[in-house]
Order: sequence, then structure tokens, then C-alpha cells
Amino acid sequence: MTAAKASSKNPRYYPAEDVKVFAKHDAPQNPPKIRKSITPGTILILLAGRFRGKRVVCLKILESGLLLVSGPYKINGVPLRRVNAAYVIATSTKVDVSGVNVDSFNDAYFGRSKEKTSEGEEEFFMGDAPKPAVVSDERKADQEKVDGQLLEIVKGTEMLEGYLAARFTLNKNDKPHLMKF
Amino acid sequence: MATPSKRSPRLHVDGAVLGFKRGLRNQYNHVSLIKIKGVDSKADADFYLGKKVAFITKASTADKYGNKFRVNWGKVCRSHGSNGVVRCRFSRNLPPQAIGGKVRVMLYPSRV
Repeated sequence: MTAAKASSKNPRYYPAEDVKVFAKHDAPQNPPKIRKSITPGTILILLAGRFRGKRVVCLKILESGLLLVSGPYKINGVPLRRVNAAYVIATSTKVDVSGVNVDSFNDAYFGRSKEKTSEGEEEFFMGDAPKPAVVSDERKADQEKVDGQLLEIVKGTEMLEGYLAARFTLNKNDKPHLMKF
Repeated sequence: MATPSKRSPRLHVDGAVLGFKRGLRNQYNHVSLIKIKGVDSKADADFYLGKKVAFITKASTADKYGNKFRVNWGKVCRSHGSNGVVRCRFSRNLPPQAIGGKVRVMLYPSRV
């Protein structure tokens, strides 16, 4: 028996062939690398997904590399949400969000809750129709809290409220490769 | 504040399928050549490298979400020549009927 049982007597059962014990490989996880144009406070344009075209405030970079983002909700309907940096254009407009407290939000907060949906017969026959999402009160309360601080900053900046309310779209003669975001 | 348009925003650039990668007598269907609208030089085409491309067709039967549009996704893999044409690889090779047809070059994955 190899490394497993060192000093005690030989166990009654042990595998027929020597089992390799792999050394624990605790790879340290480095902080996510996000392009330099994205920092907390940058206004982002969402390129895909339900809120495509919306301009949104980046609040934080989460440990998984996703970005925490908020409309603010009252302005353009985008709630506190995670967004992938690849599906976002960072504009050069930046806002100071150091005053907004987003410490409590991390990937676990947004992760899907593992509810054991018992497959009853009814559900099985209803088919794969997507179930309507229910927004928890906790989320609504958090949204109010963060947006309360964010809205003040946004309203304090000239033209920013209207800018965030408007959607980004490409028009007829627009060439994205020549546009300066 | 002017009332915003209710239409979905356009977040892609149109492109035309020129054909497949080929020499005069041999054609390689796994790579298509796409002309992106407004892109006329190799330097301009650099912006679009890596971007996803969608070839959209309309089918008569709807999928489980009720959509009748089907997408063949691809990506811009490199430029082709010095005038802004670009080579794309799709998950399924483009059908020959697509030549001369439209393709959507999306703005993601974004490097801006």
C-alpha cells in the first residue's frame, strides 16, 4: 500500500493494484483579466441578449470575470445583472461610482438556485415551455438600494440620464470599425 | 426628449457572401468569403476579426420557441486580400444558394 495508510496495520480491503494518489494541485485563481477600457463606472453598450442596445453602468468586475451592471432600472429597465465582457462595448464615458456600495454582490448571489423540481406527471406533460421568472423581493430591495445611490450620480451628470435611456443602434452609414466609442 | 423608436436596434453589420475560398479550379467550401458593408481595406477588416457571423434562413416549421428563422453561426477568421474581404468559417458550410446572399456580422465578441 502506498501513501494512503502509513502507520496503522494493513486494512482488510485494499485495491488489487496500487492506486496512484495525485498530489493536491491547488492552482491559485488569478483575478480576472478584463480589457482596460472596462472599469467600474464605465458606461457600456450591451450587444446581445434581452437588453441589447441598452446603455448601462458597469458597477463591478466579479471574480468569475463577468461584469456587474445596472441600468439604473428606473431609467432603462436593466436590473442588477451579470454581463459577459465579450458582449459589451465600453464607451469612453465614465462615471464615479466609488460611492455606490456593491460589496455584497458576487457570483453566488446571481447563481441559479438549485431547486429540486420533482418531475411530476403534470410537469412532464406540459413540455419544455420556459417558466416565467419570478423576481424575489430581496432582488427588488437590493435594486432600490443600489439605484438610489446611482441615480443621484447619474442625475448629477449633464445629459447622462437621457443618454442611458436611449438605445444604441447602427444607422445607415455607420461603420463600427471607424466609430470612436 | 424625443420618443425613442420602438424597433429593435440594429447591432450587426450586413455582409454579402461572395463565394468560397478557391483557386481557379478547386473550391474549398469550408471557408466562405464575405464582403462586409463599408469595409474596404485590410486595416478596416481587422476590427471584425473574431466576430460572429450569422447566416439566417427562414423555414416553414417553427422550433419549440415558435421561431421560424434558423441561424447558421460562423466567425470571421481572417482577412482575405487587401480590400476588406474576409474569410469566415461556419458551423455548417454555407449552401451554394447563399452566394450573393446576405449575412449578418455581429459586433461581438467585442474587443473595444
